Amino acid sequence: MNDLNMTIENSHTEYVAAPILEAQHLRKLFPLHSMNPLGQKTAVHAVEDASLALRPGRATALVGESGSGKTTVARLLAGLYTPTSGSIQFRGEPARLSNSRRLRAYRRHVQLILQDPFSSLNPVHDVRYHLARPLRIYGHARNKRQETEQILSLLNRVNLSPAEQFISKFPHQLSGGQRQRVSIARALSVQPEVLLADEPVSMLDVSIRLDILNLMLRLKDEEHLAVLFITHDIATARYFAEDTLVMYAGQMVEGGPGDKVIQEPAHPYTRLLISAAPDPTRLSPENNGKIADLPARGEIPSLITPPTGCRFHPRCPHAMEVCRQRFPRRTELGNGRWTNCFLYGDGEASSEGKLSTNIIDQDR
Amino acid sequence: MKTQEITGPVMDAINRVPAPDQFYTRILQVLLSIWRAMTSSRKVAAGSAIVGVFVLVGLFGPLFMHYEPEATSNLFIAHPSAEHWLGTTVVGQDIFSQLINGTRTSVFWGLGTGVLVTLLSMVVGLVGGYFGGWVDDVLTLLTNVSLVLPALPLAIVLAAYFPRGPLTISLVIIFTNWAWQARVLRAQTLSTRSREFVTAARASGEHTWRIIFYEIFPNEIGIVVAGFVSTTIYVVLTWAALEFLGLGDGTIPSWGSILYWAQQAGALGGGLWWWFVPPGVCIALLGAGLSLINFGIDEIADPRLRKEPNPQKARKAAA
Amino acid sequence: MTTNGTFQGDSKGRPYHRATHPLLEVKNLNVDYLAASGTVHAVTDVNFSLRRGEILGLAGESGSGKSTLAYAITRLLRPPAMITGGEIRYYPREKGETLLSVDAISKDSPGEDLITMGAIQEDARGGDAEGEDANNPVPIEGNGRSIDLLQLSPAKLRKIRWNDLAIVFQSAMNALNPVMSIGAQITDVLRAHRPSMGADSRKQRAIELLKLVGIAPDRLRSYPHELSGGMRQRAIIAIALALSPEILIMDEPTTALDVVVQREILTEIIRLREKLNFAVIFITHDLSLLLELADNVAIMYAGRIVEQASNRDLYLHPRHPYSYGLLNSFPALRGPLRRMSGIPGSPPDLRSVPPGCAFHPRCPFAFDACHKVLPVLQPVQSEDSSQMVACHLYNPTYNAEPPTTSDLAKKYEALAEGSATR
Repeated sequence: MNDLNMTIENSHTEYVAAPILEAQHLRKLFPLHSMNPLGQKTAVHAVEDASLALRPGRATALVGESGSGKTTVARLLAGLYTPTSGSIQFRGEPARLSNSRRLRAYRRHVQLILQDPFSSLNPVHDVRYHLARPLRIYGHARNKRQETEQILSLLNRVNLSPAEQFISKFPHQLSGGQRQRVSIARALSVQPEVLLADEPVSMLDVSIRLDILNLMLRLKDEEHLAVLFITHDIATARYFAEDTLVMYAGQMVEGGPGDKVIQEPAHPYTRLLISAAPDPTRLSPENNGKIADLPARGEIPSLITPPTGCRFHPRCPHAMEVCRQRFPRRTELGNGRWTNCFLYGDGEASSEGKLSTNIIDQDR
Repeated sequence: MKTQEITGPVMDAINRVPAPDQFYTRILQVLLSIWRAMTSSRKVAAGSAIVGVFVLVGLFGPLFMHYEPEATSNLFIAHPSAEHWLGTTVVGQDIFSQLINGTRTSVFWGLGTGVLVTLLSMVVGLVGGYFGGWVDDVLTLLTNVSLVLPALPLAIVLAAYFPRGPLTISLVIIFTNWAWQARVLRAQTLSTRSREFVTAARASGEHTWRIIFYEIFPNEIGIVVAGFVSTTIYVVLTWAALEFLGLGDGTIPSWGSILYWAQQAGALGGGLWWWFVPPGVCIALLGAGLSLINFGIDEIADPRLRKEPNPQKARKAAA
Repeated sequence: MTTNGTFQGDSKGRPYHRATHPLLEVKNLNVDYLAASGTVHAVTDVNFSLRRGEILGLAGESGSGKSTLAYAITRLLRPPAMITGGEIRYYPREKGETLLSVDAISKDSPGEDLITMGAIQEDARGGDAEGEDANNPVPIEGNGRSIDLLQLSPAKLRKIRWNDLAIVFQSAMNALNPVMSIGAQITDVLRAHRPSMGADSRKQRAIELLKLVGIAPDRLRSYPHELSGGMRQRAIIAIALALSPEILIMDEPTTALDVVVQREILTEIIRLREKLNFAVIFITHDLSLLLELADNVAIMYAGRIVEQASNRDLYLHPRHPYSYGLLNSFPALRGPLRRMSGIPGSPPDLRSVPPGCAFHPRCPFAFDACHKVLPVLQPVQSEDSSQMVACHLYNPTYNAEPPTTSDLAKKYEALAEGSATR
């Protein structure tokens, strides 16, 4: 960390530990109540088949646009929703979230940070209250003095100094960045092992985003946290996380170690996402080329009546007949990369070779 | 964080934290903020003054009564004069004393019933709004039924049926008036429940009852207070109406009962204005005072309704 | 896709003469919010000019005043916001000045004169600029007569609005009337400003506009809630283009949209700009987006413009420490991964702006003069580009050796290291 030239790659934990939080084949439907009791029961198919594994000390980015289901996945993992099907395991044990006592025991280990700093803090309570509650609920502080000591310590860790001044402030007296730090401190006060961050910097001013991200990275390293970082901004995902997962319309379509997914995307949707992202490096003298036209058009489909099979097929320039029929199984592409796309196979492990003959290079 | 010895620098830091206020300091602060709120808006100040006068009269008025309100005398239907400031009734009772005596009943029973109605509607609204599901369905059904039934006619029927007295009237009014505020509060709770800090509290592991009373409810205090004020206006008016119709206990003094006896004695037809006008004016004034407070609360709560300072003046000030 | 600042021409590559006068000139604009507790200077001494067909980007964070500026230009500000100084000079097209041949003027609008200076005529400026540019289009330079938009009476302002100046707001759902179909909203505009148009020709024009922005004409009768977010934004753009304005102001039009849809909308805007040759003032906080889209970029901080440059110049050598910091706040999609820091501190509260240069509390280069003297926007010496910066580092009176971009880079990297070890 002190080495001036250290890149983020090196600071990422290379040692691949056992996953601390895993989810397999999560599915979530939100039933829609229609006026007609005899009519077709419809539902929002928010998440179709999500599987992921979070490891201590590693940050995983979940990238997707609106309607991709990424926020729903976060809330499923936080226990705020019950999965329609699929399973969640914490430390290898199935996470039973049936009653409130079990939920509380689970939440001691898994905490959630929300997107909007302006509404995630209760305007009638001061910072002390917000941080004291988790300390009391989980028994980390048993009296006023312990509480104060720990709150001060937490505020210092999130760089809200001098802590004594912040402890009695109300949310409306804090800026967006400060509020988000309080939210992070609140999550930390529980002493969790897993941090789920749902677009934690999207609503902050641009120049302070990096500060908050760097803070989270530091805390991740110090506490050896497993972090799930949800975002729609793929450049930020690259900066923050070691692993990247891409979701589209409720389905997970690609994943792997961060930079590889972004520099050599396999799935047509990932390619679309990356070519659409703003990239000022195109302006530099060595990159005077034109931006390729977007390889696909159209918009996110409705999740009430989603397309069959692979939900990207209506927009995909490489769609085949089978894409409409069913969702492809996960194909390993080597080096920890995988994708769900018939262009790369249907479930068989693949060698490096398939990726290098990148079928989609044709649309350059 | 492991528990550690509380060493020097940490202790210093703890000591630098401003101590949470003592209990009585907090009370003082609350009173001060109420005072500031009351005087910040002209409407609220005026309304509070009116209500305050009535409360004071209710508390200390009887000390100033010259006559026993029930005492009859030989001076029947006398015009207001130096001895009887508001004249006398048909049996020679001093109307002014009756008015003061009645103020106590009207104001305190009115406020008290208002409080109870508010409490009941609060419980129904919060519980239904937060839990949803069948609990909400049942409570909403009850609320809707209660809203549909015409309040005053039902109150009349019930008051006529049960034994007379202020308690009956109070219960009857509570029974027929809780639904409106319950509905409002339920809607507000539904809205507050979906705000992110409630989700964050749930994700933190907060207990359900604490979420309802410590996270959601404090955000709704404004509405509850406004609801209390508007409910109390209605309570006072309904009370007077029921008393006027003779459904109260005529022997227990209140503004409405004065009107009742006035009506019985034909005061309205007979032009005995000093008998029925004062209680009517009192009812109207109390209602007006409460309404002013209500408008004022709206202004305080929603800054957009406040009068904008004159931009010309502000520009001159800035120049 | 974007003009690189030197070549200016239409979509067919034919150059057009750079007019001697700009299209819009903002001079010393000041906007204040007058509150009982004090005056807040939302926009202070803003100067810039806009040429025909140029895309000018305004970048800034919260409190920079960029949205206030947009509303000021269109005079949509309400009390307590007031324009307290400056002028906004608009140079309308002179009679006979056209980029297209006379035949291209639509037959729908006979007898419509071009706006002339001085008295805004009864009929609005005519001539649908789209359509066939058959013969040799040659622009004729006008003689530069201008109107001060801030002095216009409401009646005359109304003639300018939407005819010459249109605005696209951030949230389409807020700007569109939810109970009217989008076709009705377009024809509404046409009815208000082109009274001579018949119902049929209005409908035709609405269909043309929808096709222009890429919405299928069968959605003419759709309501806003039936359209997706991207389509709503396109509908807003269609309404804005209904009268072929000269200037399009876009206030964060794509912020609420997904990245893919955003890219499509931006591509659309560029294509339409090349076709119709309107100028765009594009306001956003997303500087990385602006660099790809805009010809020139102005960066605002605490109500002032602190740097102004072409997109290339700004990307290759940002001068103002804030510009560098802001650029450096966007993680790169490609290139080496390295620890970055944003800018320490946060944007100032406009009620208490720091004295001197408003950025000095956060600036890694701040020195004595920065606390006391307000820097003025001046051309950067040593370059002959049009880059301008408001910073004492480039003022020989205060600082002999202006920093190079790599100096800025080093300082910010040191900051990044500092935050890494904290």
